[in-house]
Amino acid sequence: MINLETPKKFSGLISQANQVAQQFYRPNSRKYDRAEHSYPKELDMLASLMDGLASSGSGGGAGAAGVGKGEAVSGEDNRNGSNLSTLLGAIELCWGDVGLLLSMPRQGLGNSAIAAVANEEQLARFKGRWAAMAITEPGTGSDSANIRTTAVKDGDYYVLNGEKIYVTAGERANLVVVWATLDRNIGRAAIKSFVVEKGTPGFELVRLEHKLGIRASDTAAFVLRDVRVHKDNLLGSAEVNAEKGFAGVMQTFDNTRPLVAGMALGLTRACLEHTSAVLAKAGVEVDFNLHANLQSAAAAELLRMEADYEAARLLTMQAAWMADNRRPNSLQASMAKAKAGRTCVEVALKCVELCGAAGYGEDELLEKWARDAKILDIFEGTQQIQLLIVARRLLGKSSNELK
Amino acid sequence: MTMSATPPKRLKAMSLGLKLLNEFAGNPLVDKLGLRKPAEQIVTRATSAGFATAAQIGRSFSAVQKLVTPARLHKKTGSGLFDLRPSEEQQMLRDAAASFAMEQLRPAALAADTATKAPPELLKASAELGFALMNIPEALGGAGSERSAMSNVLIAEALAQGDLSLAVACLAPSAVATALVLWGNEGQQAQYLPAFAGEASPAAALAVQEPQPLFDAFALKTTATKKAGGYVLNGVKALVPRADECELFIVAAELAGEGPALFIVEGAAAGLSFAAEPAMGLRAASTQRLTLKNVEVPGTAMLCSGADYADCIALARLAWCALAIGCAQAVLDHVIPYVNERVAFGEPISHRQAVAFMVADIAIELEGLRLATWRAASRAERSESFARETAIARKLASEKAMKIGNDGVQLLGGHGFTKEYPVERWYRDLRACGFMEGVVLV
Repeated sequence: MINLETPKKFSGLISQANQVAQQFYRPNSRKYDRAEHSYPKELDMLASLMDGLASSGSGGGAGAAGVGKGEAVSGEDNRNGSNLSTLLGAIELCWGDVGLLLSMPRQGLGNSAIAAVANEEQLARFKGRWAAMAITEPGTGSDSANIRTTAVKDGDYYVLNGEKIYVTAGERANLVVVWATLDRNIGRAAIKSFVVEKGTPGFELVRLEHKLGIRASDTAAFVLRDVRVHKDNLLGSAEVNAEKGFAGVMQTFDNTRPLVAGMALGLTRACLEHTSAVLAKAGVEVDFNLHANLQSAAAAELLRMEADYEAARLLTMQAAWMADNRRPNSLQASMAKAKAGRTCVEVALKCVELCGAAGYGEDELLEKWARDAKILDIFEGTQQIQLLIVARRLLGKSSNELK
Repeated sequence: MTMSATPPKRLKAMSLGLKLLNEFAGNPLVDKLGLRKPAEQIVTRATSAGFATAAQIGRSFSAVQKLVTPARLHKKTGSGLFDLRPSEEQQMLRDAAASFAMEQLRPAALAADTATKAPPELLKASAELGFALMNIPEALGGAGSERSAMSNVLIAEALAQGDLSLAVACLAPSAVATALVLWGNEGQQAQYLPAFAGEASPAAALAVQEPQPLFDAFALKTTATKKAGGYVLNGVKALVPRADECELFIVAAELAGEGPALFIVEGAAAGLSFAAEPAMGLRAASTQRLTLKNVEVPGTAMLCSGADYADCIALARLAWCALAIGCAQAVLDHVIPYVNERVAFGEPISHRQAVAFMVADIAIELEGLRLATWRAASRAERSESFARETAIARKLASEKAMKIGNDGVQLLGGHGFTKEYPVERWYRDLRACGFMEGVVLV
């Protein structure tokens, strides 16, 4: 039966995540926005607590580690599983603070790559570790098929050389999942992901970025000089398969894009709740029975933003629900990310405008949210990349035809 | 208590008269001779009197069965899990509506738009499909047991994908039946509903919209005044589908001391008059302006007010959202092959991001609108609050669906502007979904 409500069975998890956001994230938001690059030590305690909740089965995980392959679904069943619960948790936590969520120990995007494609042995070996994700290079952003970092087989090892930038939690994580190509002439099919332990000789952190927002989260640049990685740390198939190779590494995105969309949703809701409260005090409230044209311009804006938020939220829940039910969701994941990413920036900036000086000043968190928002329309695939993916699927075009 | 499928003779005579009148009105001699104003006055008087007689030879509604309590549909209950899968029954209804829409409505759409009239055989075929029956409880001869706002959304989507205006023409009568099921008391239900469950269901319309700008469904200019034994209604209703053929209206009017309310008005009531009101779109629905002048209805004619009235307004808005979804889907399905086949500068225009991104945005906003509408409708059928969800879906319908209509024409360029392609019609029809009140219900 068609039902688009948040499942009741996750209400415990949601309220826990909301408590964390209120008690841990919000009180630390401004502190780590100002103290960029300092480690939010409060999170260690929190991470242990979350691990405890996850192992007791009462929590679905806070970050990217929770998403992955949906469990097998028998015929008629409808499953609301870990993709949905992790998304709902992330929404709540990012209502608190996006930067701090990205700094949650053991909840990195590398963890979700491992969860999505690792074999049983690897899953066991990397359990409980914190994994960051290294894809982008100085000369390669959105066209990730064009990466230059190389991996050359040498006995039981691969030797990695290259440069990686914009590695979220790169300084704090224990592991970094590095994308490298086995043969630059073959193109995307030769791209594989390798789990590199921090401290491996030749794997060097060269700098941390200074950023517009999400300053609580460290963003690292690495150089790889003859880094030797054991072949057991290669995620997915070692074969260069023109059909499946790149699809393997890209498959991670089908699970992580709804999650990043969820981060945008949490931030959007924070902005909307704050602005609605501020405007209510000023005497502006939305009347849901009345057409927008019959209300004040500010109320009409609030209604429009609520509508965009709701569309983004439902698109994202759809994508996560499809992942839970093992339905192919690349199209829906990109639709969700595109809608949630742009909505989050538009809403945050409009909310600052509506609140005026009170929204622009550092006394409130709204101005910070409006700075944090921008990354959500960039990382894990920019707005334009999402539109390309959606368009190629709808139009049946290859990346050579629709560039 | 049955109705013949052919229109009453008097109606035929009237439409013939109107045809002659049109020829008269279009004749430049009329102005030259200074005949226009007096002629118009005569025509107004003649048609209102003429229709009163015409309607009287229509059906007289009388209770054929006694109900002790009103028959209602049960609210839906479910597992509480997030689920986007229609039930098997919903899928069947949706498939039936979709094939009717693509095989019958789409091919008839252009001619109906031009003629500002839906082919009667098409309306008959639509009634025979029996979508209205599932909204009428079994106790009253229908086939429904559960509240099915969600199924109605799926059906409206599917029909509007064929043609939005024809979908409005087909669905308008069942809005009246649905309103009677939802809010009618036992007497009202027993009197009117069996006719809708019968073989030839009556033409009927839910008239809420008024002609003034910035119309507010909660601040009606149409009034109902209490008098001994009943109410007197006065006012003007805009864009009422096939009003002159309707045997039954539900009319929204402001009742002093009570606020906005719905009243049952039989087509035969004295004081009703009609004028064609062709518009930018919805033309196949034969939109007309309905004037109520001292229309007397009995004390039993009031259907609902208060929260029920607000629900009615919201359910109608949701139906317009569903229509917008179907029409926007038609746009998307039309532009995809077009931009892939249309070649400019040596390759398909779909190879340009400026074009491809418009297509992607159409799909994204359409899906967002669909999910928001589904959420509101599924809440409604479970008897959960749905005012906020409806306002959100309507906002999306009024902005995103209209943009889809606009982008559809833009993507086809000059072709899109001509009647050789259907997108200009969808552009016109989609504009209605953002402001229309009443007419259709889910």
